[in-house]
Amino acid sequence: MRFFLRRFMFYVITFWAAVTINFIIPRLLPGDPVSALIAKNQGRISPDATEALRALFGLDENVSIWQQYLDYWNLILHGELGISFTYFPTPVTEVIQQALPWTIGLVGIATIISFTIGTLIGTGIGWRRGTWADSLLPISTFFSSVPYFWLALIAISLFSVTLGWFPASGSYDRSLVPTWSWEFIGSVIYYGFLPAMTIVISSIAGWILGMRNMMVTVSSEDYVTVAQAKGLSERAVMFGYAARNAVLPQVSSFALSLGFIVGGTLVMEIVFSYQGIGYFLFTAVAAKDYPLMQGIFLVITLAVLFANIVADFVYGVLDPRTRQEG
Amino acid sequence: MTIDTSIVEEGEELARPSQAPATGAVPAAPRRSSRGPRKFLFLRNSKAIAGMVILAFFFLIAIIGPWIAPYDPSARSDDILQPPSWEHWFGTTHLGQDVFSQILVGTRGVIVVGFVAGIVATTIGVIVGVIAGYVGGLGDETLSVLANVFLVIPQLPLIILIAGQLPTVGGVTVALVIAITGWAWGARVLRAQTLSLRRRDFVEAARANGERTWRIITAEILPNLTAIIAAGFVGTVAFAVLSLITLSFIGIGNTGEWNWGTVLYQAQSQLALQRGAWWWFVPAGLCIALLGMSLTLINFGIDEFVNPRLRSTGLNAKSLRQRGIRPRIGFTPVVYEAKEDRA
Repeated sequence: MRFFLRRFMFYVITFWAAVTINFIIPRLLPGDPVSALIAKNQGRISPDATEALRALFGLDENVSIWQQYLDYWNLILHGELGISFTYFPTPVTEVIQQALPWTIGLVGIATIISFTIGTLIGTGIGWRRGTWADSLLPISTFFSSVPYFWLALIAISLFSVTLGWFPASGSYDRSLVPTWSWEFIGSVIYYGFLPAMTIVISSIAGWILGMRNMMVTVSSEDYVTVAQAKGLSERAVMFGYAARNAVLPQVSSFALSLGFIVGGTLVMEIVFSYQGIGYFLFTAVAAKDYPLMQGIFLVITLAVLFANIVADFVYGVLDPRTRQEG
Repeated sequence: MTIDTSIVEEGEELARPSQAPATGAVPAAPRRSSRGPRKFLFLRNSKAIAGMVILAFFFLIAIIGPWIAPYDPSARSDDILQPPSWEHWFGTTHLGQDVFSQILVGTRGVIVVGFVAGIVATTIGVIVGVIAGYVGGLGDETLSVLANVFLVIPQLPLIILIAGQLPTVGGVTVALVIAITGWAWGARVLRAQTLSLRRRDFVEAARANGERTWRIITAEILPNLTAIIAAGFVGTVAFAVLSLITLSFIGIGNTGEWNWGTVLYQAQSQLALQRGAWWWFVPAGLCIALLGMSLTLINFGIDEFVNPRLRSTGLNAKSLRQRGIRPRIGFTPVVYEAKEDRA
């Protein structure tokens, strides 16, 4: 229980740090882009909204910084993130609400697929090292050093433009009305296939390499030799003894590298014009929509923190030692 | 077979000190007497050599690129969207700009940002990691929570958030932003290693001799962290290069400065895909991949240098068979042992 309590404290601290970073950045950096934007939209923004924006970006000079910080927390905890300038006058929270399910669906599913398949392949390669399977390594090295979005460009030019198998952009057929019909779901899967495949292919290499190296290390442990000597079947030793222990660092590195992967996949959405968080982040950057940028950063951080908590929980279940540690 | 023998020799010479990080049993005292060519042992690893050669090539381009570029990268011409030819090796853009020249000129930006960010981030990482690992106690707790917070917060969105709010974004600014967000991984690894070094005999001996703390850190601990620091540095450079290119691709940063990311940004925004202008975005991506691969290869070299178990697994099946090593479950041949077995 103490393990989970410690981890929980850590996530509270991280959340506090993320909010504080969000608070500090616009106040530290030179220039005052937000007041310029407020001035430009004079008369179109309601006084309430203007006040919220002023509190979020620290435009009130006569309020002490401590008071600003408290006001800021007050707004955040009430889920108030200001108004988006690009999608005026929609609140940032609403924009994010629309985009979030798409991102969680695409990036979440693709990442889980990539982790599972990558770990399985890594197990196989690590088990059978020194055979043809090792020749997969240079290929995966190549894929791990290419930026995700470039692979997306190649995938589009190959499968959409040249072959015409998949649509190059969008997330569903625009002629359909979003409902829970089979036709619509089919269209979502059809449109999401290429982006998801690209995410899987570009992020799988890391999991393969990590798992393979752990397998190589673990399979020289005594308990693996003992299991072998007992005459257990190859499968039982491979999965029940070697992979079971090798997967532990893999789970903890899943938690840690999630932030990096999410960053990479957000750019993927930009390339595919997929209407998720990453695409909105891109439009926010292009239009200098600061409230939207900050809101999206917070939401992404929250999502990654949540995934981390899940990974921690899984780790705690898998490895009894963490639960005993005082 | 040249690769083979070099690895075996390396295995013999390095067996003792290099096993230490893996097993944690043998104290890896720096061997002062063995200066000279031994120091560059790591360079005998074929992967590391391949990586270094590619990296050196890009360094060269970064220095001389702007001079050898056949055209001005921003100059327009009448050859619009031409596929590769003898006049334009990588074809031309929608404005008739020469893609080859853009790539050559852009190399400098990529290398400078990558290495500035790598140096700054590694410095922060070493300071935080070593202090946290050596001091212990409350200072350690605070610093490791700080590092973990920076690890968990998604870096790219954070970089976008900071860089997007800066009024002007030059190359060095981007490098600093990347460094501020990307130091945590190195710090974490270094802390763990310092923790295990702290209680080794040679450090205890130095402490018993009354050496001052900063001397123990700089003379006893840091030399033993060299390989990890180097690996962290190389990894950070790769991360910085990818971040810079992604930022430029999104359109953050000074578009007047050429780098591979800006080439891709223009290709994407000018619908190179739909126009079938593959030559516009393929070369830049291949350059990124090549640079990234060279860094990964160097890191493999360092890994194998540090961990002899990985060394034998880097060999392919054929050379393993030739040397009489049968890869089997339950035993990982450490190469120098294998040689002794045969002898």
